[in-house]
Amino acid sequence: MDTTKQVPSLLATSIGRKIVMGITGLFLCTFLIAHLSGNFLLLKPLFDPTDGGKAFNEYAEFMSKSPLIRLPEIIMFLGFMIHIGLAAKLTSQNKNARPQGYVYQANDGKTSIFSKYMGVTGSIVLIFLLIHLYSFFVKHRIIGTEETMYETVKIAFSNPIYVLFYVIAQILLAFHLNHGFQSGFQSLGLKKNPKWNTLINKVGLGFSILIPLGFAIIPIIMYIQSIQ
Amino acid sequence: MAKLESKIPEGDISTKWSKHKSKIKIVAPHNKRKYKILVIGSGLAGASAAASLAELGYNVHCFCYQDSPRRAHSIAAQGGINAAKNYRNDGDSVFRLFYDTIKGGDFRAREANVHRLAEVSVNIIDQCVAQGVPFAREYGGLLDNRSFGGTQVSRTFYAAGQTGQQLLIGAYQALSRQINMGTVKMHARKELLEIVIIDGKAKGIITRDLENGKIERHFGHAVVLATGGYGNVFYLSTNAKNSNATAIFRAYKKGACFGNPCFTQIHPTCIPVSGDYQSKLTLMSESLRNDGRVWVPKNKDDKRAPNQIPEEERDYYLERRYPAFGNLVPRDVASRAAKERCDAGYGVGQSKMAVYLDFASAIMRYGRIEANKQKLDNPSDADIKRLGKGIIKEKYGNLFEMYEKITDENPYEVPMRIYPAVHYTMGGLWVDYNLMTTIPGLYALGEANFSDHGANRLGASALMQGLADGYFVIPYTIGDYLADEPTTEITTDHPAFIDAENAVRNRISKLLSINGTKTVDEFHRALGKIMWDYCGMARNKEGLEYARKEIQKLREEFWREVKVLGKNETFNQSLEKAGRVADFLELGELMVIDALHRNESCGGHFREEYQTPEGEALRDDDNYCYAAAWEYAGDNNDPILNKEPLTFEYVKLTQRSYK
Amino acid sequence: MRTMKLKLHVWRQENRNSQGRMETYTIEGVNEHMSFLEMLDVLNEKLIKEGKEPVAFDHDCREGICGSCGMVINGRAHGPWYKTTTCQLHMREFKDGDEIYIEPFRASAFPVIKDLVVDRSAFDRIIQAGGYVSVNTGGVPDANAIPIGKETADQAFEAATCIGCGACVATCKNASAMLFVSAKISHLGLLPQGQPERMQRVLDMVAQMDKEGFGNCTNTGACEVECPKGISLVNIARMNYDYFKAQLKK
Repeated sequence: MDTTKQVPSLLATSIGRKIVMGITGLFLCTFLIAHLSGNFLLLKPLFDPTDGGKAFNEYAEFMSKSPLIRLPEIIMFLGFMIHIGLAAKLTSQNKNARPQGYVYQANDGKTSIFSKYMGVTGSIVLIFLLIHLYSFFVKHRIIGTEETMYETVKIAFSNPIYVLFYVIAQILLAFHLNHGFQSGFQSLGLKKNPKWNTLINKVGLGFSILIPLGFAIIPIIMYIQSIQ
Repeated sequence: MAKLESKIPEGDISTKWSKHKSKIKIVAPHNKRKYKILVIGSGLAGASAAASLAELGYNVHCFCYQDSPRRAHSIAAQGGINAAKNYRNDGDSVFRLFYDTIKGGDFRAREANVHRLAEVSVNIIDQCVAQGVPFAREYGGLLDNRSFGGTQVSRTFYAAGQTGQQLLIGAYQALSRQINMGTVKMHARKELLEIVIIDGKAKGIITRDLENGKIERHFGHAVVLATGGYGNVFYLSTNAKNSNATAIFRAYKKGACFGNPCFTQIHPTCIPVSGDYQSKLTLMSESLRNDGRVWVPKNKDDKRAPNQIPEEERDYYLERRYPAFGNLVPRDVASRAAKERCDAGYGVGQSKMAVYLDFASAIMRYGRIEANKQKLDNPSDADIKRLGKGIIKEKYGNLFEMYEKITDENPYEVPMRIYPAVHYTMGGLWVDYNLMTTIPGLYALGEANFSDHGANRLGASALMQGLADGYFVIPYTIGDYLADEPTTEITTDHPAFIDAENAVRNRISKLLSINGTKTVDEFHRALGKIMWDYCGMARNKEGLEYARKEIQKLREEFWREVKVLGKNETFNQSLEKAGRVADFLELGELMVIDALHRNESCGGHFREEYQTPEGEALRDDDNYCYAAAWEYAGDNNDPILNKEPLTFEYVKLTQRSYK
Repeated sequence: MRTMKLKLHVWRQENRNSQGRMETYTIEGVNEHMSFLEMLDVLNEKLIKEGKEPVAFDHDCREGICGSCGMVINGRAHGPWYKTTTCQLHMREFKDGDEIYIEPFRASAFPVIKDLVVDRSAFDRIIQAGGYVSVNTGGVPDANAIPIGKETADQAFEAATCIGCGACVATCKNASAMLFVSAKISHLGLLPQGQPERMQRVLDMVAQMDKEGFGNCTNTGACEVECPKGISLVNIARMNYDYFKAQLKK
């Protein structure tokens, strides 16, 4: 500290990368909220039989056509890319940090199991994301189809295997969020006050349960409807 | 005969140090970097010296046997550090700290050194706080103090029960800063095995790299030993397992006089021995005697659990014998009193070699104060107890946890069982006022020297002395010697280096070639038992004479029967231990010789033949008011006794009384 | 007094460059009052008598403060007790017939030197990079000239109790040193004395930490669980916060 040293840039350091992981992760959480609010329109026909998916289709139309949505969409896409790319980078560094593991594996009985499998839960959620994008986004926005978005969703959610896959993916997302939400705050250094920590932990727990539950409940309801 | 020149400055005691500082020679800044200083040891004295000398501009090399300088055993000091700050407004002063230390040491320390120690004590606290040492504080934000044994003021600064750790980390950080700047080169995991003397002056050392066995030669314009004490001669002590006397003992064998080797401190409050496999003893800080009351049952063989024994059947023997100081008498007094009770058959626990240290009344007392503070009406006993436990936990929490981990007993509920154990050695290399040994250019700091504590050290004074020597004494006094030394470096191809290295190699080869039948630890244990039984808390002529013969026999057997496996060129912990124990086997005898010659009792040196009718140490100031500085005279000759007479101009020689 | 017979699986490795392996030893008559290291002492005495090289392990104070000892016992850094160093672990934890796996701390930044001894000098280099207040000896203000609130002083003290043993690294699935580094950054960053260099300190220490090859923190909290001194994750949050701020300011 007696001389001025070259300080590496944020993205070249361990904590810097973690900070960016935290920021992108928490940003993606806001995306989940937006996405889920839209998805709830799928349930509108339940309460308003005259709707027939109209509200959802209008919403889908707006999302795909409005120029206002392009910028957030690109940011969100970048957010995903950075989050995933950094995760890969950090994971490989972490592997190198312990080339030889322990013969005897034990659990300390206190740490959260979810925190240890973020790579696994994240990867599965990513696979889900790709399939999910292919079934809806690619089909409508890239290939093009005559079906309305509501119809596509309805067909997809009448397939029990797809629904099962969707629900499992939501459970894994819950696991990922269970650790990821509060961990993002920790990486940003916002858990330095024990008073806030309890709040952050509680909100994180609620978020990690309610959001995936909200996502999962829609295909379940639509599947039940489809077999009636 | 060595010439003991104490170099005590002239003048009134309160101005000696400041006058000395302004008169001694110093080295000009541009020349300092041309002098290479080797500092051995990285504890409080070593790390603070290395850092401070490097800050001044010297080229410093620092060595430690541990894997990191932060692990030196100063780290284990618990209770605190004294300083004459008088922050309590309770009448403390430099003179009072000086007086307490001289008296506590039973008038066997040099007045001038002790006064200097008391003077710089205040600077130490300032320095440590500036470094960020997190001392305990009061709600107002100012520093807190507590009391220690042998004093009637509250002058001990502390950081929970981890004061040594915090101070050492402070010094370690200062050292790390210099390492980062390149002004100190750190050599961790390297052990000093020989000192190189050229033309009568210390000019270098031979070390062994503990990882790969490489024997290295290092030149230095001066060599500073800050290698701690030699309590491990006793095998069982509160010292770290690897604490050793090799550096100071090599110095002794090269001509440095060894001062008062028999002055050993037996600390009264340690966790008792539980079995033959025991590898070390754990101290329970003296600070516990602030609040803990020491007692044994009044009836012999009282089989009841301690909490079942009513007040009137308990003997609070320290409070009974020493009403003025009570449980806070000095360590030597408290230890002997515990031994007296146990020897008389009043000991507790399975081995009957323990006494109780009880916090029950302190818990209730603090609990009531706390209940008052919290404005609780008619608090129940359970509430008071709960609140009191909280306060005790804040003060001594880590010590209570340590105790419970070792003994599996909860000291908040049942009294601790404690017994005295070897803790500190007041003896060490004889040094003059400048901390130089009788070998020019060779210095000894901290516990490694003999200077400040006389025949008994007061609690919380070891940290003070280590840091005083390292931060505030050696940086001044070393210049007085170096100023007259040429800046040129001597090549390590000099015959003296070659000879020293060969001596080291021969010794190692010999240890490895014996391949006998007994392990190093077996010899070490046997030595420890002899020392504890005959040169421990109480000594007598007959026992000491017997012990000397036994040690000689054991040493002879060691060089015939020790089994050290492996080779030099590897990480070989048995070989490390063997070298250290070989030195202990000689040093033990020197301690016995010293104890035998001192026909008086003083401080920690208690000769059963010399005691008052009440069983207190009985000094003989007419014949023994001197520091004994032993000079090596060859393996087959008895060492030569040199005497440095001690004069007491400012503290009157009196029978020490804590009644 | 209970005694037991144990089967020990111990990592043996000659030196930095050699291949290690687990070896099995049986030890009898282990007394429940022994500390774990005393049990290893007994094993070593036995091995020496049999003409076999004893197991090397770092240890010194044996009272839980120097930070020398450290091994992974049955998959747990410093063994199964919480807030305990290896030397403080006692054999009453185990029972007759138990098998115990003893391995060195594993991290590429902590290379094995021999058997259970690892090189933790990376920690020293991190402190050297900035873990101090840059004051020279002498010329400092009176100790009470800097009042520090008790709460702040206590928090700084708690962070400063780190013994640098490396259990946090050993137990972290990523072999991250964040708890160790953050403890020092917190200790100094909380105190007024540490303010002038606070931002530069965190940048320098983290840069050195990265250079040493430790992994990244994934906030699992395993370090906090195994830390013998109970150093809290809050310290890592403080470090992250300071680091972010320092990066933005630079």
